[in-house]
Amino acid sequence: MALRLPSLRRVVRWVPALCFTLAVLALAGCAPDGYPQTTLAPKADFAELLDQVFRRSFQLATIVFFLVEGVLIWALFRYRGKPGDAEPAQTHGNAMLEVVWTVIPAVILVFIAIPTIQTIFKTAEVPTDNPLVIEVTGHQWWWEFRYPEYNLVTAGDMHVPTGRTVDLRMTTGDVVHSFWTPQLAGKRDVFPGRDNRLWFRTETAGVYPGQCAEFCGTQHARMAFQVVAQDSAAFVAWREGLAAVSAPVAAPAPADSAAATAVDPLVAQGQQLFAAKACVGCHAVTAVGAPTMVGPNLAGVGSRTTIASGWLPNTDENLTRWLKNPQAVKVGVLMPNLGLTDEETTALVAYLRSLSVVPAPGAVAMTAAGN
Amino acid sequence: MSTIAMGHAGAEAAPAEKKGLWSWITTVDHKRIGILYGVTAFLFFLLGGLEALLIRWQLGAPDKTFLSPEAYNQLFTMHGTTMIFLGVMPLSAMFFNYFIPLLIGARDVAFPRLNAYSYWVFLFGGLVLNSSFLFNAAPDMGWFAYANLTSKQFSPGLNVDFWIIGLQILGIASLAAAVNFFVTIINLRAPGMKMMRMPMFVWMSLITQVLLLLAFPIITVALVLLMLDRSFGTHFFVPSGGGDPVLWQHLFWLFGHPEVYILILPAFGVVSEILPVFSRKPLFGYAAMVFSGCFIAFLGFGVWSHHMFSTGMGPMADTVFSLGTMLIAIPTGVKIFNWIGTVWGGSIQYKTPMYFALGFVAMFIIGGLSGVMHASPPADLQQTDSYFIVAHFHYVLFGGSIFALTAGAYYWFPKMTGRMLSESLGKVHFWLMFLGFNLTFAPMHILGLNGMPRRVYTYSAGMGFEFWNAVETAGSLILGFSFLIFIWNILKSLKSGEVATADPWHGATLEWSIPSPPQEWNFAVEPTVDGRDPLWELRRARGGTLPEPARVSGKGIHLPSPSYWPIVTAFGTALTLVGFLMHVTLWVILLGVAITMLGIFSWAFEPADH
Repeated sequence: MALRLPSLRRVVRWVPALCFTLAVLALAGCAPDGYPQTTLAPKADFAELLDQVFRRSFQLATIVFFLVEGVLIWALFRYRGKPGDAEPAQTHGNAMLEVVWTVIPAVILVFIAIPTIQTIFKTAEVPTDNPLVIEVTGHQWWWEFRYPEYNLVTAGDMHVPTGRTVDLRMTTGDVVHSFWTPQLAGKRDVFPGRDNRLWFRTETAGVYPGQCAEFCGTQHARMAFQVVAQDSAAFVAWREGLAAVSAPVAAPAPADSAAATAVDPLVAQGQQLFAAKACVGCHAVTAVGAPTMVGPNLAGVGSRTTIASGWLPNTDENLTRWLKNPQAVKVGVLMPNLGLTDEETTALVAYLRSLSVVPAPGAVAMTAAGN
Repeated sequence: MSTIAMGHAGAEAAPAEKKGLWSWITTVDHKRIGILYGVTAFLFFLLGGLEALLIRWQLGAPDKTFLSPEAYNQLFTMHGTTMIFLGVMPLSAMFFNYFIPLLIGARDVAFPRLNAYSYWVFLFGGLVLNSSFLFNAAPDMGWFAYANLTSKQFSPGLNVDFWIIGLQILGIASLAAAVNFFVTIINLRAPGMKMMRMPMFVWMSLITQVLLLLAFPIITVALVLLMLDRSFGTHFFVPSGGGDPVLWQHLFWLFGHPEVYILILPAFGVVSEILPVFSRKPLFGYAAMVFSGCFIAFLGFGVWSHHMFSTGMGPMADTVFSLGTMLIAIPTGVKIFNWIGTVWGGSIQYKTPMYFALGFVAMFIIGGLSGVMHASPPADLQQTDSYFIVAHFHYVLFGGSIFALTAGAYYWFPKMTGRMLSESLGKVHFWLMFLGFNLTFAPMHILGLNGMPRRVYTYSAGMGFEFWNAVETAGSLILGFSFLIFIWNILKSLKSGEVATADPWHGATLEWSIPSPPQEWNFAVEPTVDGRDPLWELRRARGGTLPEPARVSGKGIHLPSPSYWPIVTAFGTALTLVGFLMHVTLWVILLGVAITMLGIFSWAFEPADH
């Protein structure tokens, strides 16, 4: 009945190869394809640094896992008790073994600790190569992005140029949140009255989804955003477009104004409603030098990829649903039900759609990233 | 030569068993209190499990509206709080209660009435916490309740207050119990049972009591500060008044990390009892096991900030807390290797308790390894607050604690009830639980690494999270089903299970030397001990077999009298704290204090005996 086992030497010979194969397979099981928010396919230097440490520790952990579980399972078969077995040898321990299995894990840990400490210090310092400062503010439940260099502010989509370090200075307007775009950088919590820092530089244009990672109340799950990374020409076009859409639109009343005639009457109606229905109380529609308000800044909202904080595609249908009853779409948001009629909603949607950065950079980048 | 009363003088008619509800309300018998703890905690555990199933059902597919965001947030908060404070901790307390005195050869705990008081306070605390559901105000800010979401401004309802008061009440129960077990272990050991002869479960229990005594005051203070913020307008955690939300995180995790070891060390102890018995050889590396347990507990107080790497503490703090955390992997590894060393060379008896104990070792390895990964801040910046962490701590707390406690339940059920649990049902339970557990929690590693944050009531289609979430939900149903089998096994075995002998497993420790279930006084004659495995030594000295111990008359054995003052005092204690729930309701507080004082005085002057 004794279990026939291959000799120890033969086992030992193929253990490393087996461990390596299994480690590769295990990582392949977590393949990042089809996960737009994956941590396993870094697209910026910060995330790349984190990933290297993760891979090192993951490989070591996988090897330890298969060795220890292997020994355990082997022992469970090998020392299976049979009826009539004599009492096994009553060993109480082995000082030498205790030392060995204390020292070996310690040595393995050194191999994790060294890159860990190196990376901690590497990621702690923001590079000084003329970074683009973006001030990030978390709000229940949306993200605000401010570009002091251009005196611009936006929400929902954070546009960044490729090839230039982005220096994020982060805080919150209310409770603690955590800023997380897994493909670009790790998490950084934001605290009231405190500036937290994070940085990254990506060379790859694309749309990178991100999401709040610290529980922050009712709609924590719907506090997403996108980082839109664009080459410098597209980025310049975006920020100039955002500044342009923020230029005050002439009042539609004087008939002799050339600007006024160009305005779609529906848009004009929407613009009037925007003021009359108190939308302006919470939302600014100029990106240039606008203060932080209760609701997200809406300059350029017409061409953003999503509404309701990175959740719903920015379509007219979704905008209509939202305006008709925000609480029904996203319970708990601060925006009240304004009791808009269908007509008013149509006009407001037309107006918001008119607040587009032309050409819509998000859409272009989306297609690019889709490939 | 051990003297353990085996086959004592002919059985005399035992005095009539105490019966009825009143006997349970007034009991001060550690075994009955242990059963009360066990039944209550198991019911709370099932409630927490039901909450988990609702959570899993909501997450089974993207954009589901099965639960509202508010309901989901209440459920995940209550799931965590319930499993930790009302499930795993009191299930451990069941084993402390029932088995510490038996394992050390004592007739009861040091303070039997305090023991009853602990149980009743725990029960009232659990009821207060869960009564929040009746007011639609269950806690909804996560079990670690990060400031400043918990401030009056952002959480105006009673949800947070229920949590504060519930935990304060439960904390009193834990502290009272910790004092009791600490004194019991230090003072009531049988003659000859030196510290280094104590069963490993007793050692791990002792360390757990020390952790409780040192960690719970911290959360008590933190909760008081939070209550002052919410009800009295102070600003400890409110930034607008100069407070600091990060201070809460430090205080919470200074408690919260030792709490992790409070949840796992008893499990280590249970497994360290079971593996030797079913391998038929002593625990490998006893001293190393003791010292690694002490070392883990000691280090456990110095690593709290590894829960806070994403707060941006700076590179020096990150480095120190990272290295400290990695150090814990060493004694933890020593434990795992010693467990493997215990079964190595043994003659393994594959009984149900052994299945669960081995399942514990296999699963805990995974939880330990993922723990090492996020001991490294760079890796943790991606993993923290993602489903990878959810996977990690379920491998530790379910794969670890729950597997081990279930092993303990199968192992000690015969001693507690006099009946064996069904082996065949037990094995079905094990394999379903093992399969369901891994299907539920293993895919969470993948989801977390691929960007799914925790504590989200839903996720969007197109994020790639659909498939594994569906698998997890299916797994959770299997896991839930496995517990139905466990319940069926318990009920069936209680009624018609095989009658247990005193020592059905050929155990090594003193509890197997007395009848199953034990008589009220445990040991008719105080045992003496001169080794680590007293029963094995005795059996060897007697040529391999021991006679079945007879049930004897307890004439002349002094036992503490039943008392209803513990439950009265416990009620007063809970009432006092409930008075703080709705801001401050002075008359409730005064009434609570009056009842508590009455209880304490009557308790103190209660006649010692009849």
